[in-house]
Formats: sequence, C-alpha cells, structure tokens
Amino acid sequence: MSAGVQLSRRRFLQVLAGTAGALVIGIPLAEAADPPLPPALLGDDYRGLGAYVRIDSDGNVLIGTRDPDTGTGTSTALPRIIADELDADWNRVGVIPLGLGVDNRNGQPFWRYGHQTGGLGDSIPAAWADLRQAGALARWLLTQAAARRLGVPAERLRCQAGTVIAPDGRRFGYGDLAEAASKIALPTAPLPLKSPDRYTLIGQPAGDVDARALVTGQSRYAIDSDFAGALVAVLAHCPWHDGSLGTIDTADALAVKGVVKVVQLRPEANRLPGQTVRAPAVAVLAENTWAALQGRARLKLRWQPGASGSAGSAALEQQATDLLDDKNATGQLVRSDGDVDSAGKKAARRVEATYFQPWLAHATPEPMNCLVRLDKDRATLVVPTQAPQQAWAVVQRLTGLAPDQIEIQVPRVGGGYGRRLDHDYVAEAVMLAKAVDKPVRLLWTRQEDLAQDFYRPASVQRLNAVVDRKRNLIAWTQRVASASALAGRGVPDDRLWASELQADQLPAGLVPNYRSSWYRLDSPIPRGPHRGMPHLANAFAAESFVDEIAHALKENPLDTRLRLLGEPRQIPLANGGTLDTGRLANVLRLVAERIEWKNWLRSVNGLGIACWHVNGAYVAHAVEAALQGEKLGIVRAVCAVDVGRVINPLGLEGQVAGATLDALSAALNLAVTFKDGQVQQHGYKDYPLAGMAQLPRAVEVIVVPGDRVPAGASFLAMPTAAPALANAVFRASAVRVRRLPLMKELLRLL
Amino acid sequence: MVQVQAQPDASRPIAPEKVREGIDLTVNGERFVHTGDPQMPLLWYLRDVLRLTGTKYGGELSGADLVLLDGKAVPAMGVPMARLAQRKVTTVEGLAGADGSLHPLQQAFIDEDAIGCGYCTPGWLIAALDLLNRKPRPSDDDIDQLPVLCRCGCHTRVRRAIRRVANGGQS
Ligand code: FES
Repeated sequence: MSAGVQLSRRRFLQVLAGTAGALVIGIPLAEAADPPLPPALLGDDYRGLGAYVRIDSDGNVLIGTRDPDTGTGTSTALPRIIADELDADWNRVGVIPLGLGVDNRNGQPFWRYGHQTGGLGDSIPAAWADLRQAGALARWLLTQAAARRLGVPAERLRCQAGTVIAPDGRRFGYGDLAEAASKIALPTAPLPLKSPDRYTLIGQPAGDVDARALVTGQSRYAIDSDFAGALVAVLAHCPWHDGSLGTIDTADALAVKGVVKVVQLRPEANRLPGQTVRAPAVAVLAENTWAALQGRARLKLRWQPGASGSAGSAALEQQATDLLDDKNATGQLVRSDGDVDSAGKKAARRVEATYFQPWLAHATPEPMNCLVRLDKDRATLVVPTQAPQQAWAVVQRLTGLAPDQIEIQVPRVGGGYGRRLDHDYVAEAVMLAKAVDKPVRLLWTRQEDLAQDFYRPASVQRLNAVVDRKRNLIAWTQRVASASALAGRGVPDDRLWASELQADQLPAGLVPNYRSSWYRLDSPIPRGPHRGMPHLANAFAAESFVDEIAHALKENPLDTRLRLLGEPRQIPLANGGTLDTGRLANVLRLVAERIEWKNWLRSVNGLGIACWHVNGAYVAHAVEAALQGEKLGIVRAVCAVDVGRVINPLGLEGQVAGATLDALSAALNLAVTFKDGQVQQHGYKDYPLAGMAQLPRAVEVIVVPGDRVPAGASFLAMPTAAPALANAVFRASAVRVRRLPLMKELLRLL
Repeated sequence: MVQVQAQPDASRPIAPEKVREGIDLTVNGERFVHTGDPQMPLLWYLRDVLRLTGTKYGGELSGADLVLLDGKAVPAMGVPMARLAQRKVTTVEGLAGADGSLHPLQQAFIDEDAIGCGYCTPGWLIAALDLLNRKPRPSDDDIDQLPVLCRCGCHTRVRRAIRRVANGGQS
C-alpha cells in the first residue's frame, strides 16, 4: 500500500474504498480490529477507518468533523473548508462528529486526526493547514475517473457543485464517479489547492448544520445520552478539595426507592488537577435522576475542612494589594523594553491606577456530565469535552486498556470556556462504573458545577505611565498580582506568569520603555484555564488605563490610541508573528466611524472605545452607554474584527456578537467569592448572567475582508467589550470603574 | 373475498379494565399515565421516563428547562408530577407539525441562525412562544423579559427571530 497523500508530517490520506460504490477518503487505521466510530460515515464494513469524506453512489456527501463543537461553529466551518475544496454541493453534504481518533502504535496512542480540541480558537487555523487536502484529493480522484470515462484529459475538466463537467458540456455527478474514483491510484505528491477566486463556499454565509435538529429538540448532547442499564450518579462533593469525610450515614439515602448504591470517591494522590477526582465525594447511584437526587438530599455527611478551609477571596485581594505596595517585593519579569526607570526623569506627567478583577466560574450551560460503559477489553464513553485526547488519558490510566480499546464520542457540547480541558468528571464516572460494575450516567447539579470549578483567578493590577512634555507616552509599567491558573499543573515556577500576562499584549511594542511583571500569590483554591485568559483581565486594565491617560492629557481617547499605534508597520512579537499596527488602527477607525465618535464630547450618552490583538487577529469595540439614575443601559455595541480570511461570515458574526454579550454579561454582574474556603455562589441567583434587559439589543458587527491565513475567533471579541463599556460609563457618569463586576462598583461609587 | 372477524367469546363476560392509579397527563398531544413518585419534577419525568431530552437541565433560573404547561411557559424543574393531572404539556419536541413542518418560530431561529452551542435553544423557543401567544406583536421591552440565560450570546439573534415571526416571516 502506498503511503498516500501527505496531510501532515505523520498523517497520510488514503482511499478507504467504501461499501456500495462509495468513495471514502481519510486516514487509515493500522489494524482495523473492531474499532468504533461513526458507521454512517464509514459503511458497516469499514467501521473505524479514520475517514473525513464519504461520497455515496447517490451523490450524497458525508463529512466528518474532528474538533468538538462547543458552540463555536466548527461543525459547520470545518466541513465547509473540505466541501469547498471538493466542489461539493452543500445541499447534499451531511456532517457527523468523528469522536476521538486513536490508534494503537506499540501500546502508545497515535492520534489519527492530529488536531482534536475545541473552543480554543485554533480549530479553523489547524483545519486550514491540513484538512483542505482531503477535499482536494477527493476532487482529484473524481476528476480522474471522469477523464477516463470521457476520454478527455483531466486538466480540461472542471468541477462544480458535485458534478464534473467536460468542455463539451457533458457532465457526471460525483455519485456516478465514486466507485471508479475509489480504484484510482493516489497521486504521489500533495495536490495543489484551489486559488481563492474559485472558492464557492468559503466566504459565503452558512447557517449551523445542526440547526434543524436543535430547534426540534432532536440534537443529543452527552447529557442526553444513555446506555441500557445505566445508573444515574449524582454527587455530594466535599466543599474543600483538600478536605475529608468525617462521618457518613447512608441509611436514609439507601431507603429511597430506586437508589441502588452509595459510593465514596477520593482524589488519587500525586495527580495533576483535572486528571483525577477534584474533591472527596459521595455518589448516590440510582435508577433515575430524581431518585438519585432524593438519595443525595438524605445523605448525612460531615465534611472536615483541609488547609483550604481558611482561604478567603477578600484576604487574598488584600495580600495582592500589599504585594504591589511593597517596594521590596519583586515580581517575575515578563517583558522589559528600554529603561522604564530612567524614562521617569523626563516625566511631564505621571498616571497611576489599580484595577481589580474577580474570580470567575465557567458556568457552562450544560453542566459536567459523563456517560461510561466498561466492558471486558473495552470502554465506551460519551463525554462533553474540549479535548478528547486528554479525556482518553484519564480513562486509559484508570482502566489500563490498550489505546484503541477506548472509544470516546463527543456530541455537540453545551459550552466549554476551558472547563472541559479538565476531566475530573470523567475520572469520577469511570471510577463509579468500576465500583458498581454497570454503565454510569454521571450528572452534576448546577450547584456542584459552581462549587467544584477550576476558577479563573482574581487579579490586582497596577499600571503606571509616564508622559513627556510633547504628550508622548514614553513609559508603561504593568504589574499583575494573582494566583496563577497554572500553579500545581506541572508548569515550572518561572513560567507561571504565562496564564496571567502576555509578553505581547498592548501596548507592548508601541512604548519605548515598557515593563510587565507578575507577582505571585498562592492560594489553595483550584484554578484552571478560562476562555480568553489572560487577555480578558489585561485588556480591561490596559484599555481602561489608556483612557485614563487620555483623560489626564485632556485628549480624545481615540486620538491617543491612534497616536500610540503610529504609522502602519509590522512589529515583531515575542511569541512569533507580528503586530500590524495598520490593521489594528483600521478596526479602531471602523468602530469609531460607525458609532459616530466625532460626537464623543457632546453626546449625552457616554461613548467608549477599546482595541486589542490576539494571535494575529484584531478587534475593537465601541459602546454607547446611558445612565438614568441607577439604571445603566447599553444603547449600542459595535465590534469590528479582522481575522484574515473568513470561512463563514454568518458564523463569525454570531461568534463576535455572542462573545461581546458574554463578556459584557461577565463584566456587568459576575464574581465568585470564597469564605472559609467555600464558594459563596450556589446558583444563577448568586451568579446572575445578564439577561436581555441588561444587554444591548443589537451588536453591530463589522468584518474586515481579508485573504490572510484565517485566524481563530472564538474569544476574539471578548477582551475589548468590558473596557469599552467602562470607558463609556466614565463618559456617561464621570465615574471611573476600576473594579469588576461593574454594576456593583458603579452603584457603590455613584 | 371472505372477511374473518374476531368474534368476542360471548360465553365469557368481559371484565372491566382496571382503573390505573396514576397521574393522567398529555405530553405533545399524547396521553401518558405517571404511576411513579408524584413528587418527581416534570423535568426528570420528561428526560428519564419519556426520554424526551430536548428539555434541558441547566439549573434553577437557567430557562433551559422551560416547557409550555397549558400554553404557559414554566420551568419543568419546579413542577412536580402531582400538579399535572389532566394538564397539557408541550416540549420543544412538540412544536413542529406531525408531518415535520416547522413552527414559524423554529424556522425563524434557523433563518436568523439564532443558535450558539444550542443548549438553551429549547428554552428560548418555549419562552418566545409563550410571549407570542400572549402578544403576537411584542415590543422590545416585552422581549427583554424572556427568562432564559445564554452564554453564547444569542440574545440579539433571538430577538431578530421573534421580530421576524411578529412581522409574518419578514426580517
Ligand atoms: S446557545 Fe449556548 S447557551 Fe445559548
């Protein structure tokens, strides 16, 4: 067998001749023993082949998606990237999630599909880099088959919407060619890809592929999945992850009709957070959810606090402030340009401000859950995860199964935000299935979900700026004190800042003397990755501060920003890539124009603006806010983004509008607090996501057209929403909010 | 052609069917009798017993568990089965016609792409339907009151979908 067409360094595409005259293209499995994976895609005889594209003899096309879709639209965008290269008829394309692709290579896992994570903003760039080849190969084979049938050189044929067309007008549907195409020898080199002027789907708007299933309630999430004979498990977790169970009385719980068993769980020693049970817990397993919940309510448990039992968010904030006040304290230097100290000698004006941002929970709409069945030599799971490969590692360790004996299905996921990069809930489900020797359907209640999170840590930031006599910003210092989200996660001490500060964040590269440093706090409260970290926290501080500088200079904050950006040019970034100041200034101007920034001084409502860049993509927000008494209304929100080439403009608009609203919701209302090591928020009553009344009635999205390699956009529109709002609130009320959540602080200051 | 009809055996009296103890309710036009715990919330009855999983668990106030109870939106978590005798429940699965034709609101959600992760979508549909039933041309202030939480920020697109239905299908 030839190696096939190279997809990436270690992965090769082949024709996996399908059943009934279908053409199936994908990555072959070394030994297709009895592997899992969507039979619909592969045909019954070819279960488990790592396919991407299947073309049936009736002309229907099925495309597999490898990355979990947590609501970021990858299950629409990824197939369209392949379908465009294939010149498929989108009306005849079906989409199916692939689930985890893992092969057994000498006992080690080999990730069949390479990239397989969702919600991190890198799905589209990764797909762009390799998946187009799958579509190109299918199109090439179909064209070759048509050429043979017609006796016309393949170069003279063209493809359009699922047909191959000859110069004389004769045409064949892909379905007619599929079987013949599946027998043609593969090309020896990667195929050339389409030139952009021939794109038919890329750049065109497309609705969500699952829309119909979603509005009719037919779409199944992991939480909706079930196995015959599965027991429902609900947990009572210890409020302290390092605590322990003092006393337990299960008699009343076991007396509930339908309750089958009560099982205790403990975190395994020496495991990284997110790879084992998060806290000691008592599980009630029952025949249905209601019985399990009643059983849990009747458990008599006494938990003992561990060392975290004295932790409080207020004390930690005080420590952070003390640390930043302490002249002798030293932080870890993240970036240093020029000489901040000597620049101070040329100061005509100095500005200083301190910003506080609270702990945040993930609060995924679909709470943590996991369905697992353990058979001899096989584990089958349905998991709402952002990283099935990492879920696999947890299952493998707990079961000792071979790599390909573990099947992980990932249906559409009800939100991720980084919470589902940790798999404590998967460990719980597997441990319980082992304990009861039955399939287990684990469900967390919302209260558990809020109390047992890996939180976004709070931070206190102090910023200092020096402006010279010519109004130039000549020095910028940003000092961040926080308990790193990476602590305890196997990251070396001198890299713990990486989740708290970015070396390249604005205005780095634009100010001759620039220094950013991180001050370490320690906290026993579990922390972890969070959507948009650390951009969210830092953009709020930095972009609020730019406005404070502008105010000190009595300047229009748009002018201050444009002056800071200067001439359009490329500034190299520490993390690779460049900052294109022209593209950043462009998005800023676009939102300014749309919101009629020229009125910023005269407008009765407050106007605010902010800009940022994330991984080669650019974003700006402009917000109009009205304050009537104690009621804050967000009258308008405008967002401009430049992500390079846009795959699905409708999907992108949804992401940008959605991220804007989610960021505003968090900034307005949300904070997690701890007292005696316990979370004080128990439900949406205490963790009040903004409803429609608090949010703007429209988000005006401006997408800059472009042809650069597409950048991810899943959280791009989050960082600038809150500072634009705070800047608008300042114009509306003369109150500068330096502390989130904004509403609480605004009402305190008004 | 000879038609054979089953004849009741006249020699034996027909025993009256035993009255089933339970709670008689209608879900999406079908009648069911719940014989389990009367305190079981409707949400778990729908999801665990009837396997109608379109109605989601999101926690109190999430709105993901909204259903229509005699035409009014209520959170299914908060309604025990005991209160449902002779009542009519409609879930997201019951919105489309028997022939698969979509309700105009469902179509409007598709047309406006008012979908993120989709977990809250059934909640929005039920809440909006309740509103449109009460007020076929709701104001923006009316729409503001919809009791659904959405992390994906579909609010603006949901608003457009509702307006579209109120305008007879025009955006
Ligand atoms: S669509 Fe994801 S929560 Fe609303």
